[in-house]
Amino acid sequence: MEVRVSNVRKEFDRFPALRDVSLDIKSGELIALLGPSGSGKTTLLRLIAGLERPTRGTIFFGDEDASNRTIQERNVGFVFQHYALFRHMTVADNIGFGLKVRPSAKRPTRAEIRRRASELLDLVQLSGLEKRYPAQLSGGQRQRVALARAMAIEPRVLLLDEPFGALDAQVRRELRRWLREIHDATGHTTIFVTHDQEEALELADRVVVMSQGRIEQIGTADEVYDTPNSPFVYGFIGESSSLPVKVEDGQVWIADRPIGLAAPELTDGEATLYFRPHDIELLDECNGCIAGTVAASRRVAGTRRVELEIGGGRERVEIELPVGHPAAQKSRVAFRPKRWKVFPKVVE
Amino acid sequence: MTTAPAKAGWRFRQPSVIPGFGLTLGFSLAYLTLIILIPLSGLVWRSASLGWTDFWAIATDRRTVKALEISFGTAFIAAAVNVVFGTIVAWVLVRYRFPGRRVIDAMVDLPFALPTAVAGIALTTLYSPKGWMGSLLAPLGIKVAYTPLGIVIALIFIGLPFVVRTVQPIIEEIDKEVEEAAATLGANRFQTIFRVLFPGLAPAVITGFALAFARGVGEYGSVIFIAGNLPYISEIAPLLIVIRLEEYDYAAATAIATIMLALSFLMLLIINLIQSRTRKRYG
Repeated sequence: MEVRVSNVRKEFDRFPALRDVSLDIKSGELIALLGPSGSGKTTLLRLIAGLERPTRGTIFFGDEDASNRTIQERNVGFVFQHYALFRHMTVADNIGFGLKVRPSAKRPTRAEIRRRASELLDLVQLSGLEKRYPAQLSGGQRQRVALARAMAIEPRVLLLDEPFGALDAQVRRELRRWLREIHDATGHTTIFVTHDQEEALELADRVVVMSQGRIEQIGTADEVYDTPNSPFVYGFIGESSSLPVKVEDGQVWIADRPIGLAAPELTDGEATLYFRPHDIELLDECNGCIAGTVAASRRVAGTRRVELEIGGGRERVEIELPVGHPAAQKSRVAFRPKRWKVFPKVVE
Repeated sequence: MTTAPAKAGWRFRQPSVIPGFGLTLGFSLAYLTLIILIPLSGLVWRSASLGWTDFWAIATDRRTVKALEISFGTAFIAAAVNVVFGTIVAWVLVRYRFPGRRVIDAMVDLPFALPTAVAGIALTTLYSPKGWMGSLLAPLGIKVAYTPLGIVIALIFIGLPFVVRTVQPIIEEIDKEVEEAAATLGANRFQTIFRVLFPGLAPAVITGFALAFARGVGEYGSVIFIAGNLPYISEIAPLLIVIRLEEYDYAAATAIATIMLALSFLMLLIINLIQSRTRKRYG
């Protein structure tokens, strides 16, 4: 089922949680809504589910305007961060709940419901736990039950609100891979909310990066990582270093020296240079480079992070070097970013 | 410096590293013995002086049996009524914001504070055939005052706070997400409440029922005014005990008391067992 969010705005007590958001989701896609807390990602998900009503704008499921449909009519599967299982029901009853509450004309028989429940339990790899109560399951198992329960109603869209947020790192990684497998097997259009960029980049077909109620960028993992389109996305996704620079004559300058980066399309003025700490080349001699004094150096897993003081210590920037690289010990290091982007300074 | 090895037997006595187990357990036992066990065993001891045949004669006396029936029967009905309406009151107090909510919330506790005799007299005045409510009900052929129905009403009044106050905090704890989950799965409001929310309240409701029931069985003050106290019809067991005491028939009084004690204990025990089974499952 395609989902189209069109110019949606949502206010809570006049405070805008979402400002004019539009988003097209293709059928069968796995989409991540990624952003810091307060970016409006959960609000967007709840609007799609019908748990909130938009202040303005429309949400389409396929060609149908879903905005005026009630939650019950929308037929979406929703998975909550804290599972929200019915604790007085067994696992099988939890999964079968959505089928049992259907009007009698559309309700499957008891045997059929039981069959579906155990089928879904097989799918989420919890066969044999039908008779357990949620209190007798681990966090990861509970979230699997919650997912099976959401899928039992044959939802048009599957929505997951920080589904792995309450689980520990090990279980989270496991479930992530497993969710991808389930998605590929069932083909549900799936939207999940996360603040964990690793999770979003690894799992999703496309990532929607959100900040302050707006969509900053929509793209594949490669697109948002390699070509971030705003300072926010550069800073939020992956590691990044930034330096205040100046653009003049199509060149990027630090203080009064050009650093060998051409920026012909930019207008002159104050700007900020962004690059990835590992995406640099070291230079032996400096005719057009960024040069700095090593201020600190620390070992991070397989590499060494070096902090450089640029321009007499007013600015600090971090770059990544191979562990054995002699430059890490030198007091003065010259480098040039291989991939970078300059954003003009925002005048406020 | 090496640390001394832990003393043997330490682990057996100490379930927690935080000290205080011995002191608090000792205190609890001593306290319960002084306040509950000694008076109650005194009661049993006194009734035992009767001898088995006399005890049996009193226990199977028709008046005793009727009084016990009325006491336990009315308490049971009243507690059952309170479970329904007390839960609704608790629900309204937690879920809705309306003017006067705090006043109503405070009013729920009044039956705790009010001298029970005052409550009994007030209810009698209202429900007697010439009273406000009684005069309305009389044409319908419903007699409240001086009948078991009156006893039930007095016990409902007395027992209400027990149900409200045990269920209320549990309703407050209901996770909004659980309701939302039910809605996304297609359940309408009615189904959400009766299939998801209320079953989750069961342990608290059972506790509330047990408390209201226990209180109802032992209630004396409010009942004797409205009951009319006709032997075999509206005479409650606690009143029969007082009557026997006034006749200086201590043995009979303690015998009835012992039977009440045993029955109450049995019922509360059963309720607690049901309770712990539900708690264990999804507590």
